[in-house]
Amino acid sequence: MLESLSSYPVLLQMEQISKSFGATRALDAVNFDLRRGEVHALIGENGAGKSTLVKILSGALKPDSGRMRLEGSPFFPLNPLNSRKSGISMIYQELNLAPDLTVEENIMLGREIHRLGFLQRKKTLQEVRRALELIHHSEIHPHLPVKKLSVGVKQIVEISRALVGETKILVMDEPTSSLTLEDTKRLFEIIGRLKDQGVSIIYISHFLEEVQEVADRFTVLRDGKKIHTGPMEDASLDDLVQMMVGQKFVEMFPRVEHTVGDVLLRLNGLKGRKMQAGVDLSLRRGEILGVAGLIGAGRTETLRAVFGLDHIERGSLTVGGVKSIKGAAWTRISQGMGLLSEDRQEEGLALSLSIADNLTLSCFSPYQRFGLLNLKRRKKVVEKNIERIKIKAQDPHQPVFTLSGGNQQKVAFGRLLHQNAEILLLDEPTRGIDVLSKSQIYEWMGKLAVEGKAIVFVNSLVSVIRSQFSIGGNLSIFVQPANVIPKVS
Amino acid sequence: MMKERSRIQILINWLGPFLGLILVLIIFSSIPEVQDRFLRISNLKSVATQSVIVALGALGMTFVIVSGGIDLSAASNIALASVITAFAINAGLPPLLALLLGVWTGGIVGFANGVLITSLRLVPFIVTLGMLGIARGVAKWIAGNQKIDAPITWVNELMAKSPRPSWMLLAPGVWIMIVLAVIMAVILRYSVFGRHVFAIGSNEATARLCGIRITQTKILVYTLAGLFCGLGGVMEFSRLTVGDPTVAVGLELDIIAAVVIGGGSLSGGAGSILGSMIGVFIMSFLRNGCTMMGWPNYIQEIIIGAIIVVAVALDQIRHKQESVSK
Repeated sequence: MLESLSSYPVLLQMEQISKSFGATRALDAVNFDLRRGEVHALIGENGAGKSTLVKILSGALKPDSGRMRLEGSPFFPLNPLNSRKSGISMIYQELNLAPDLTVEENIMLGREIHRLGFLQRKKTLQEVRRALELIHHSEIHPHLPVKKLSVGVKQIVEISRALVGETKILVMDEPTSSLTLEDTKRLFEIIGRLKDQGVSIIYISHFLEEVQEVADRFTVLRDGKKIHTGPMEDASLDDLVQMMVGQKFVEMFPRVEHTVGDVLLRLNGLKGRKMQAGVDLSLRRGEILGVAGLIGAGRTETLRAVFGLDHIERGSLTVGGVKSIKGAAWTRISQGMGLLSEDRQEEGLALSLSIADNLTLSCFSPYQRFGLLNLKRRKKVVEKNIERIKIKAQDPHQPVFTLSGGNQQKVAFGRLLHQNAEILLLDEPTRGIDVLSKSQIYEWMGKLAVEGKAIVFVNSLVSVIRSQFSIGGNLSIFVQPANVIPKVS
Repeated sequence: MMKERSRIQILINWLGPFLGLILVLIIFSSIPEVQDRFLRISNLKSVATQSVIVALGALGMTFVIVSGGIDLSAASNIALASVITAFAINAGLPPLLALLLGVWTGGIVGFANGVLITSLRLVPFIVTLGMLGIARGVAKWIAGNQKIDAPITWVNELMAKSPRPSWMLLAPGVWIMIVLAVIMAVILRYSVFGRHVFAIGSNEATARLCGIRITQTKILVYTLAGLFCGLGGVMEFSRLTVGDPTVAVGLELDIIAAVVIGGGSLSGGAGSILGSMIGVFIMSFLRNGCTMMGWPNYIQEIIIGAIIVVAVALDQIRHKQESVSK
């Protein structure tokens, strides 16, 4: 397999590519090569330079220095259209389809076949059918409006669109982030077929388990530098995480001694509106409960049902020994629960409000008298909290959108500390933040466990959860039934 | 350095709307034809009195807009409340009771807006657009499609330009407006309710996550806006001495414009009472000045239209700079 792979001809070479944005060096002399018919995973943390690299390839950005060769000849894409005509197509994280147009119209958008401005319907339909057949999905009706399709089928339409005309390289940026497990499997089948037809794929993803399954080779970027390129088979998950986060990984998950106490939260067959099946779970004081699984496995949905954000259809929920099935978010907060949203931009934080407001929003009671707030007293407490959780900020009244991702996440996390939550439901608490902030949040989780708080910790990387294991040795990995459990070796 | 800069920024942000008002005042007081008339105390008094109704509407509208909503039914609500007040006085009810009935009517309309928005999960634009028609229609229906004459009572003195006793200086309506503005400014800025309104307007999902009772807060916001329209309607009746169901057509746009000129964001999460009040007075002084200049109505409309666009554009540029400089 390895030999056959290395014997594939090199399709694309990117040499010594550098790119700076102001003072930030997004790419620093990066080399990257892609062989015909391979799936090459591009991995790294947010801000590592993955997007910048593929944007340069697609002609959306121009490199400060460096050279590119496509099929041996020099390649300088001037703009995305130019690069598209050379056979390079992109599929972005968020689907870029016009919901009211049909499958056919979406696939041909911008590349309509026409004569004197009039669409040539027959030829158009032929081309659309060809693109759909290429990935064995000719069952999709070309004249259906896209809004009637499921997310997974929309993605297939998106891929078909990328295959109109001749495609040599397909760049997929986080293609599975909004797909269910089943859709993900289907996507991998499509990727297999494209490989067979000699299409090369650059696959960007945060989900390392997926990357291991689908990729032939991988390249790790960190802080704009290439760290390593190698065959996927030779690398373990831990190796990949180590390369992505660098040296600091070692000190990231501190060990702390703590004891586990009574059950604080118990779910019996609890099923929320958006969950596929009921969940049993018990969470004790001083415990960090890791919840793994891919998107669509029901991780987030379980937390939301518990926290009263989704309607509970059946099953029971016990908080601190008391049955409490019905409850909106404010009830849960008064019961000592706190939820950290997986999406800090859309849900976790009110970005235009100040740090002080965001930090205290779930608990105004200490500053309140007759409905009026004592803002001075609040400011003092907020300043203390900013120091305690090491939020880098100039002023408690600074709007949250001015902070970096890591500091924003600390504000969202700090809210649970401020409200003194006993049960912390943390949904991807370290998604998309820098390594230092990550380690600080892990450190806090350890401290809270020592204090006897109960923590549910959702993370799509089982390897991270396993490392977290060392915090106290009380970790249960819980995955929704009837779903694929990522390999835990 | 950074700190100093942000302090200057805060000062500019705070002064921004004031500068607009000062500019308008300077322009008209430097035009020789009108300057002595423009700055005369009696003129300032009459501008203040003319501003009362829009200002009252803007107090409620500020809360609505900060919460991320809109109330298009404000002007119809004012007309309905004025008709109800006139109807009640005409029917022989004590003036105080008639006044309360007018305010209460406004509150009911606002409450209905809030309940419809939260229970049907419709956008505020649609619900209040519907209510714009309904309230106006009901007003015409009650008034039998004509003006309702009512006997003169003390209610009509609320908007008298020269109040009795004369030591009051300003019409009682103006004093009521000032007192309410101060109270609402405190509520918006220093109360738990006010913070919740900001949170909902800034990001409703976050507000829900933090345990804020969204439905109750929104209903309260629209009811409050309705109560202010009700009071505005009473003032309208006081000014006209009749209940006129066709009064204040299109006034909701003036009210919204005042809030927006004063820094309110139609996407929610931003706005202040002080800003909205300045917005009201910018528009009133402009109208007043243009009238004195003898400029026709359409000139005023063009100028005010331009001001709205310029004010919001400036506001946006300011915010953009703010986010870039950090």
